[in-house]
Amino acid sequence: MTAPAAAPKAAPVLEVRDLSVRFRPRGGNLVHAVSGLSYTVAAGRTVAIIGESGSGKTASSRAIMGLLPRSAQVSGSVLLSGTELIGLSPRALRRHRGRDVAMIFQDPARSLNPTMKVGPQIAEAIRAHKKVSRAAARERVIELFKLVRLSAPEQRYDEYPHQFSGGMRQRVMIAMALSCSPKLLIADEATTALDVTTQAQIMRLLAELQAQLGMAILMISHDLGLAASYADEVVVMYAGRTVERASVRELFGNVRMPYTSALLGAVPRLDRAAHTPLPVVPGRPPDLSAEVAGCPFAPRCPRAADKCAERRPAFDEHKPGHWYACWYPLPDGPQTAEAGLANTGPSAAGGAR
Amino acid sequence: MTEPLLQARELVQEFTVRGQGGVRGGLVQAVSGVSLDIFPGETLSVVGETGSGKSTLARSIMHAPPPKSGDVVFQGTSLTSLHGTALRDARRSMQMIFQDPYTSLDPLWSVARIVGEPLVAAGMRDRGKRRQRVSELLEQVGLDMAVHGHRRARELSGGQCQRVAIARALAASPALIIADEAVSSLDVLVQAQVLNLLEGLRTSLGLSYLFIAHDLALVKQVSDRVAVMYLGRLCETGPADEVYAHPRHPYTVELLDAVPRVEQAELGKRSAGDLPTAGQTASPVNPPSGCRFRTRCPRAQAKCAAETPVLGAAPGSGQRHLVACHFPVPAGEPATVSGTGGAGAAADASQ
Repeated sequence: MTAPAAAPKAAPVLEVRDLSVRFRPRGGNLVHAVSGLSYTVAAGRTVAIIGESGSGKTASSRAIMGLLPRSAQVSGSVLLSGTELIGLSPRALRRHRGRDVAMIFQDPARSLNPTMKVGPQIAEAIRAHKKVSRAAARERVIELFKLVRLSAPEQRYDEYPHQFSGGMRQRVMIAMALSCSPKLLIADEATTALDVTTQAQIMRLLAELQAQLGMAILMISHDLGLAASYADEVVVMYAGRTVERASVRELFGNVRMPYTSALLGAVPRLDRAAHTPLPVVPGRPPDLSAEVAGCPFAPRCPRAADKCAERRPAFDEHKPGHWYACWYPLPDGPQTAEAGLANTGPSAAGGAR
Repeated sequence: MTEPLLQARELVQEFTVRGQGGVRGGLVQAVSGVSLDIFPGETLSVVGETGSGKSTLARSIMHAPPPKSGDVVFQGTSLTSLHGTALRDARRSMQMIFQDPYTSLDPLWSVARIVGEPLVAAGMRDRGKRRQRVSELLEQVGLDMAVHGHRRARELSGGQCQRVAIARALAASPALIIADEAVSSLDVLVQAQVLNLLEGLRTSLGLSYLFIAHDLALVKQVSDRVAVMYLGRLCETGPADEVYAHPRHPYTVELLDAVPRVEQAELGKRSAGDLPTAGQTASPVNPPSGCRFRTRCPRAQAKCAAETPVLGAAPGSGQRHLVACHFPVPAGEPATVSGTGGAGAAADASQ
């Protein structure tokens, strides 16, 4: 088996180390939105951060972009091509945002100014970062429209956002994100609001643009299926912590952490028979304002024992390129998607080799 | 065969729109002659993209607003001739779960009150009993009365709001639930919980469902039958197993092809292949002549522009498998035929 996920040769574009984000709501307890998150993204690679709502995936990406409210307490380190971003002044940060790292969001309609023609909005973004003439900026925008495969780019330049479909608006956002050739593109649920057919088109477009331009992509999503198809490496988050991290092939072939297994089992699949119950885990993610001593997934985990509630398992690299935090991981080796929940039973015995 | 719970015949729904800057506008042909049946205990899923008219179809069935033409017979009563109180009574056991939970919950009402309202309407006067029932309903959808009961919609996540809406629909003890993208906004684990919940209720209460979704994979697990819709018309309908295994309409093939796969063989990055250009999407204001899908269809020929294909038995498929296509995908061809569709589409694509 090839395991290219371990130690990329080139210096990573993004290196996140021990990132933590805390919020203190007025009159409330401290909320630990992200705790000790670490990962790297190399040039030309796609890393997917997967988690449910409230798992801290969006808070962590906003922390990278410096887009969190001032009340947020951010600690740890975020290195973008060797430059530390945490603690930079808003002014200094603004120089990086857009130029070195760009972001596309879930709702392209709300990310565009409805009263302004689409082309000039992007030209404005370009001129904010580069000293170029209006005409040159326009040239560049039309070039970008061609890059993201919008038809009739010259004509589209002078149209308003409402004249675009959802998929086309997202292409416009991608064009804007790419306008300054960022080293890192953060796609935060970028295709969640789109139709499946459009989603497939946008993801394929991103994959092609990446091959062409060599940028790193950080994909934030709740959809493990999407990661399976379009990412190189997956980081699974639960309750603000990373619980498993591996290359796509390793993770899907050899899932060790019960939570990841549960997620995998719940992915809508075409090969599932009708009226068979989906494997589910009971309960809800924990309240992040309460300090949990043990594994945050323990209360919902079918494999949990006393130890799980008492001591938190370390997030260790148990095998080159495969990290997970679990006291009682699923057996090594391939399993069916459903096995993770049936666990301990005979169905998970396929491994070892 | 048993009587259908719901029969919709030749439903047509149209809206007038104002043109740019003036009063002269177009006519949005949202639903154009759609017929379908739902049998007791059965789940029918209507699948299509944004703008395919699937939500309008659901609302036309509910008579909110009534369709421009066509007829809906629910539990033996024709809704089309009814108005006011009579209509409300007739469709009481048809409940809907809407797409956007925030706008479908009263922002000033507590969760407990929202879920309890149908119980009040049904005559459950005893506060204690009502509270007990509301608590059960909330529990069923994965919420906690003690934690969430007093909250307002703005204090809930989108997923939680949706669960409140589901609890509210269940409170009315309906025979048919129309779920318009009801689980699309939920996290996968919650989605699985809710789908299982709806499945459980189907068997225990003998419910029927009309699922509206844009993702074929999402409704695979719950569907008995599937209807695929594009720009206001049905493209293909039939038993779920058959439609998923042997799709005949090119649009169904495209929808199936777009589903991300987690099967081991399909892992890793999708090859970019030939990327389609996003051109002018066909509009329901001015739908293409003949087959409405032809502007995106890789199989389209001259006949498709000239003649509107009618929904008919698909040659080579079972009797109940109907397809509206002049050149259907041959039966038995694997679900992922080459070309993601759209590739040869859009005449305006300069590519």
